[in-house]
Amino acid sequence: MSEERHMIPVWFFVGVLLFIYGILIFISGLLEWSHPPDTVLANLHAPVWWGGLMIAMGALFIHLFRPRKPSQ
Amino acid sequence: MTHLAFVPAAATGKIILLRPVDLAIIVIYFVAVLGIGFYLKKFAKRGEDFFIAGRGMTSWVAGLAFISANLGSLELLGWAGAAYQYGILATHWYWIGAIPAILFLGIVMMPFYYISRTHSVPGYLNLRFGRPTSGLSAVTFAVMTILMSGVNMYAMAIVMKVVLGWNIHFSIWVSSLTVGVYVALGGLYSAIFNEVLQFFLIWLGALLIPILGLMETGGWSGMVARIHHNFPGDNFTHLWSDLGHFSGNPMGIHWTGIVFGLGAVLSMGYWTTDFLVVQRVLSAKDLRSAKMAPVIGAFFKMAVPFIVILPGLLALSVLPFHLVPQTAMQPGQHSYNEVLPLMLARYCGPGLLGLGITALVAGFMSGMAGNVSAFATVWTYDIYRLFVRKDASDSHYVSMGRWSTMIGLIISIGAAYAVMGFASIMDYVQALFAIFIAPLFGTVVLGMLWKRMTGKGAFWGLLAGTTASASMFLAVKFHPAALGIIALSSHAKMMAEDMYQALWSWLICVGVTVVISLVTQPRPPAELKGLVYGETEIPGEGHLPLLKRPIFWSCVCLAVFLVLQWIFW
Repeated sequence: MSEERHMIPVWFFVGVLLFIYGILIFISGLLEWSHPPDTVLANLHAPVWWGGLMIAMGALFIHLFRPRKPSQ
Repeated sequence: MTHLAFVPAAATGKIILLRPVDLAIIVIYFVAVLGIGFYLKKFAKRGEDFFIAGRGMTSWVAGLAFISANLGSLELLGWAGAAYQYGILATHWYWIGAIPAILFLGIVMMPFYYISRTHSVPGYLNLRFGRPTSGLSAVTFAVMTILMSGVNMYAMAIVMKVVLGWNIHFSIWVSSLTVGVYVALGGLYSAIFNEVLQFFLIWLGALLIPILGLMETGGWSGMVARIHHNFPGDNFTHLWSDLGHFSGNPMGIHWTGIVFGLGAVLSMGYWTTDFLVVQRVLSAKDLRSAKMAPVIGAFFKMAVPFIVILPGLLALSVLPFHLVPQTAMQPGQHSYNEVLPLMLARYCGPGLLGLGITALVAGFMSGMAGNVSAFATVWTYDIYRLFVRKDASDSHYVSMGRWSTMIGLIISIGAAYAVMGFASIMDYVQALFAIFIAPLFGTVVLGMLWKRMTGKGAFWGLLAGTTASASMFLAVKFHPAALGIIALSSHAKMMAEDMYQALWSWLICVGVTVVISLVTQPRPPAELKGLVYGETEIPGEGHLPLLKRPIFWSCVCLAVFLVLQWIFW
């Protein structure tokens, strides 16, 4: 089917979702930096580095699998 | 120490308190899956696209979907709870209970499934043996799958009620309608895309628990020391060394049950014939990808204990209270199945909690999507097309696929409400899989490897094996002492039942199949081309570079599996 060649790969959707989630979690981590939640090892500020990791993964997937114009 | 996100169940009736950022993460997930479903609708117009995703998936997509279809949230929660209850022994269901079977599917059975161009497991049985065997398999699978979808739906609603305080009806209707819409729109494409999404969410949502947990305990040895301190006299961290006797381990099992019952039969039956997982591999774009997809899945399956079993072990070492069986729970206590949400609340604040809960919701929903898409395929192609309307147009069958998706979902919702009224239904529905899967494996694998096998042998063998399996289940249900006969030891406990039931029913199926096949007429070899060993030209891998050969990576996977058995002996 000719349309299949233009189907956006699933990895792009994965990248977009990870990027958005990463931003939300990263910002949440920054906002609670000086008053972390009462969880174990909260002093490690896991949302900041985990959110950062997700932003990086998401950006990489978006870059690698972004929709491209079909070749003529 | 109190935890903001961890609320004692006795106080408010829920374990986790969600903040606005957590709710935003959950809502975004629902918007995303619906958006993907609407996007994929235009690609799912033909039957080949709607039911088999155009047979165009790469080995990575098919492989991740294959594993995600199995990695449901009920399993995650249940096995984390089992790890708390039984220790590292629960890992057997992820290692010997999966890896050899998955590799066997990829290397031995996929060539026959793929070359025959079948769309389903009952479809293969129809090509090989004809309609009676196919019909028996299709009807039982369709009924089991849609009931199982309902059971999962109910279980998810209960988990959301206990963990988050959500209304049960809200959980059931919102999640099921979302699943129904995106599967009815995009068919297997939607189901697979969302399974790949779920794969990433599960790992990113759950991985922080073992990472932070091991940091808290000071590594594996620190965790083991704490477990011994909290539970002196119990052994929770040896995989094989206590399986020499039924009474030598907390699960009450013997290594023969694990190796022959679980490893050789039960897991083989599930991983090689359950259409829910096999359908994902059938969607691969070529034979090499179809063989490679399960191998890729096997590597990730081997790693799953890190996010499922290890949290259960960590809970044994760090939780300041003991968990109890569901049936023995008193107000203020928590059951084994709550271990994963409890550990999530222990380490994860706002944002990360939302990610973890979204991962659980995604797991439930993709499980439902998998069941519903498999049901629609088997109903449309293996029951409706074969027995009701043979020569309709392709667009008619696609339309039937979309309608049967929604109708199947409504039946699932009905099953969920039935379970709500009669909880014991859940035990029977879950037992159905154990009853059918081992004999079905016997029928399919013999059919692929032995060309003398006849259609009559297949039908009566499958029926005999299934009847024997159901009889053993009912015998133990109504006379628990029967377990001692089935497992050949009075020290066997309930976990041993499934394994020995599977072993005996498989042997009975194979025995009856062989006897009847030898006294009935086989099909001419020319009619078996592409269906059975000896009559199928299977392309070799010799022309491929070593790193592109599925057999090479299978050997690597098997080697890693063996090393892990030795490390955790």
